[in-house]
Amino acid sequence: MESRNKVLLKLFLSTLYLSAFTFGGGYVIVSLMKKKFVDECGWIKEEEMLDLIAIAQSAPGPMAVNGAIVVGYKLAGLTGALVSILGTILPPFIIISIVSVCYEAFRDNYFVSQMLEGMQAGVGAVITCVTYEMGAGIVHGKNRLSITIMLVSFVLSAFLQINVVYLILAGGFIGLIRGLIKKRRHGDDLS
Amino acid sequence: MIYLELFLSFLQMGLFGFGGGYAVLPLIKEQVVIQHPWLTMSEFTDLITISQMTPGPIVVNSATFIGLRIAGVGGAFVATAGSILPSCIIVTMIAKLYLKYRSLNLFQSVLMTLRPCIVAMIASAGISILITAFWGNDAVITLAGTKWSLIVIFGLCVFLLQKKHMNPIQVMLLAGILKVLVSFIGG
Repeated sequence: MESRNKVLLKLFLSTLYLSAFTFGGGYVIVSLMKKKFVDECGWIKEEEMLDLIAIAQSAPGPMAVNGAIVVGYKLAGLTGALVSILGTILPPFIIISIVSVCYEAFRDNYFVSQMLEGMQAGVGAVITCVTYEMGAGIVHGKNRLSITIMLVSFVLSAFLQINVVYLILAGGFIGLIRGLIKKRRHGDDLS
Repeated sequence: MIYLELFLSFLQMGLFGFGGGYAVLPLIKEQVVIQHPWLTMSEFTDLITISQMTPGPIVVNSATFIGLRIAGVGGAFVATAGSILPSCIIVTMIAKLYLKYRSLNLFQSVLMTLRPCIVAMIASAGISILITAFWGNDAVITLAGTKWSLIVIFGLCVFLLQKKHMNPIQVMLLAGILKVLVSFIGG
């Protein structure tokens, strides 16, 4: 990997850039982080990225901030986390400061609203691609339980609007049981 | 001491705001409209509108917006720091544990089970964004209410991302510009 300072600088610039242009919730920014750090830089493996997103989701606080912290920490320890938090916080800080001064003109501007509407379709496209890539990874793993979990949790969260926190807890619990069963089987084999 | 009050108030939002996004709205309202006389209800609605139109998490946006209003740049700084401090501590701790123990079999099994779950959640977030984009905020899905231009833009974006491997931020900006152009032509 490149020298530490180079990594830190790139981390700062990437999070700054992503945060400045990312409209819509936290999953948008983690999708973009996946594109940047997994596909483009090759700094993080795809599976690892999913683990990092799970960590970001299982702590309180905004996903974008949590995602930045966990990615920064993974790449360059505490300094990395600080650098990527700074990169993530700075754009909204500056933009809100400016917008809050001329809020009404901004809100009622026709072009701003059209631009935002179009960008929503673009954001949707980014998420669609990321989901497709990651989903294909799971399906190619050919693990029936994993595929089932993916489908069931999709239905639960997209159609039944079950809170994400419960899904993570349930998923973690199933994983724990799965692990314990495996361990027990393994123990039986030995005895 | 207004700085301390801002800090503690946003610290609570950071600490109890699980799930982010709209899930934190009631929490923010409780702190800044009901418990403290910082915003009126209509200013709070404005704040949500601004947050939707600008990048950044809503808690961080609120911290900047309210901090600035109540106590200037120093206030914005203190409030933002409060809102992200719990994240910094908790996420770093979990990340540390993850990097240390991820090779354990039991932990591996938990992570392996969570991965498909996370993919599903990203997909679900994507679906709700697309529904809002194609049919508007009321999410009444009708043929007449469909914004066809956005569906075309969406298709083009997917093509550019998937086949041309274009940079996602450029694709997003392009989508915005295309919509502005379409609205010009459409009247």
